[in-house]
Amino acid sequence: MSDTFGGTFVGMPAFPEAARAAVGDATLRANLRHATHTIRDKRARAVAELDDWAELRQAGKEIKDRTLRHLADHLLRLEEAVTAAGGTVHWAADAAEANRIVTGLVRATGETEVVKVKSMATQEIGLNEHLAAEGIAAYETDLAELIVQLGEDRPSHILVPAIHRNRGEIRDIFREKMGSWGRPAPEGLSDTPADLAEAARLHLREKFLRAKVGISGANFMVAETGTLVVVESEGNGRMCLTLPETLISVVGVEKVVPTWRDLEVFLQTLPRSSTAERMNPYTSMWTGTSDDDGPSDFHLVLLDNGRTDALADEVGRQALRCIRCSACLNVCPVYERAGGHAYGSVYPGPIGAILTPQLRGTVSEVDASLPYASSLCGACYEVCPVAIDIPKVLVHLRERVAAEGGRGHRLERAAIKASSWVLDHPTALAAGERIASATRALHPKRLPGPGARQWSEHRNLPELPAEPFRDWWKRNRR
Amino acid sequence: MRTEEPEDPVMRVALFVTCVNDAVFPATGVATVRVLERLGVEVDFPAAQTCCGQPQFNTGYRAETAPLVRRTVRAFEGYAYVVTPSGSCAAMVRHHYASFGGEAAGLAPRVYELTEFLVDVLGVTDVGAYFPHRVTYHPSCHGLRLLGLGERPRRLLEAVKGLELVELPGAEECCGFGGTFAVKNPDVSAAMGADKIANALSTGAEVLCGADNSCLLHVGGMLTRQGAPLRAVHLADILASTEEEPWR
Ligand code: SF4
Repeated sequence: MSDTFGGTFVGMPAFPEAARAAVGDATLRANLRHATHTIRDKRARAVAELDDWAELRQAGKEIKDRTLRHLADHLLRLEEAVTAAGGTVHWAADAAEANRIVTGLVRATGETEVVKVKSMATQEIGLNEHLAAEGIAAYETDLAELIVQLGEDRPSHILVPAIHRNRGEIRDIFREKMGSWGRPAPEGLSDTPADLAEAARLHLREKFLRAKVGISGANFMVAETGTLVVVESEGNGRMCLTLPETLISVVGVEKVVPTWRDLEVFLQTLPRSSTAERMNPYTSMWTGTSDDDGPSDFHLVLLDNGRTDALADEVGRQALRCIRCSACLNVCPVYERAGGHAYGSVYPGPIGAILTPQLRGTVSEVDASLPYASSLCGACYEVCPVAIDIPKVLVHLRERVAAEGGRGHRLERAAIKASSWVLDHPTALAAGERIASATRALHPKRLPGPGARQWSEHRNLPELPAEPFRDWWKRNRR
Repeated sequence: MRTEEPEDPVMRVALFVTCVNDAVFPATGVATVRVLERLGVEVDFPAAQTCCGQPQFNTGYRAETAPLVRRTVRAFEGYAYVVTPSGSCAAMVRHHYASFGGEAAGLAPRVYELTEFLVDVLGVTDVGAYFPHRVTYHPSCHGLRLLGLGERPRRLLEAVKGLELVELPGAEECCGFGGTFAVKNPDVSAAMGADKIANALSTGAEVLCGADNSCLLHVGGMLTRQGAPLRAVHLADILASTEEEPWR
């Protein structure tokens, strides 16, 4: 498994156990609650400003669906356009192949360090760890990614990877760790946002100016012209995309859109959904290479890594519409309490719960538990700017996990079968209800045993009624 | 058959009481019957009904759900109006039955959640109820998002004599029940329930009202465990309460 997905999350416990620790961590709960509620309210306001939000959402959904139906054609067109513009396209079937390709490309430059633009795809494949093992240092330049990297931590949010940290914790990480990675934090660093940002700026500037190789992902790839697009807030991405001589972009195959007209829809929905901005501060676009400006060597690594498997699933494929805005994380009541790490993947929250089991399969304990990490409240579907019916995909994946029969699902199926039989035989059901009601004085408020224990650890069982409704009906109305 | 004329002499509906109400909260079934009969509706209870199959379906057991879908569809054959005091069971029929093929899709447009039936079909918001208590309302997720019940429950509550309705902070947030979620992820579920309860207590209400007893089973179970000064009560129980026959 570690070969097809970033190695950092290997050996994670199932979601419920990992979540238990997070639920008990008061600081983490407070950090997450504050951050998600703030951004959730802002997003709601930003979206409410647009009269045609419903149409934009529908358009985004349809553009992605239409593109995915003919994915191979659009990718070939993209390859042709990128090549014509002076870039080189590489195809990577899985994480191992992508890592091999990128390592080879960096080696060919003779460099031993690279600067990175925030990218989910490179985290998915565990690129930084792989490069480190090959003697190449990869420096994250997004502020939150820098915090995660310096803290030897794992990201817990798609957009705000250090969302689980508060200002005090960030200041401590900067003070302790910046020095061993480069320019140390200024003396007496405070925990005000402006001071923290300035410390990061000074630390990163020397890396930008020295770097010969930049590595990025992309939010979109426009097939008709071979143009890649990175949408960001801080401007660090613009530095990494323009200053180095060599630029390597690792991008999931589902990020292609056919035309610039299609792109226009997402450039409206993405910023409002993710940072609650009308428009993001920096949108960088590049097409191959040019003689006078920017990198003179450009490589695009197109990553599959389980995406074509997801594409083959009629219900599950809608997860590939995702534009990684993270709106679904910010409204999710489960994410808010469990935190991002419990999902055991770089994709946490509702999208992670449907994407990870499709990309990695449902073999490991955590992957098999992800489709159940939801109360199916539907808040994610409501905000998703490409209308991914996440609850529907979750139930679909539960069917898959249950059918595989592992980890107690055989017992569960037997119990469900038995209950379905009783429910399909009203006489047996009524008899059972009557026995339960007749013996109600004997029922404890807490029950031992699986299921019952989980229930009664936190909640009382209800007092059973003197008779079921059907008996009342018989006595009073029939 | 689908007439909405107020002068229509007798309208006949089938009560879809749901398995949870049948076995654990029969009072909500009785309350639903009382409200409907008070408004001049003739209520039937087709005894062949059991469970709509939602718990099995949502846990990933589609094959085991199919016989319950068939049974439910057969049980309500011939009724133009099937009324249920549960948003999530109504949502199961409306959104998922069609995927089971056969005649299952035919039931969907005939199923009404109680507040939809009262407000949309009967066209009433004042059902003649009396409930002299401070109440806050939790709109369960399936009623809120899958059915789009909107203001219907609040309009019904606002028309209840003596009732003081107070705003629930974070009302649209899930209470953490989620069917088997409550036992598969007990810690997260309980943390969500605890926040819901804290919000409800902050309103100073005596009653936390909902329109789905499965959510109230979870929240109510936490309230009694904590000995909190707040009771979880189904909307139908409130609407059934009158000056002559007040609630409990
Ligand atoms: S699933 Fe939808 S809401 Fe969630 S990150 Fe992807 S696009 Fe955004």
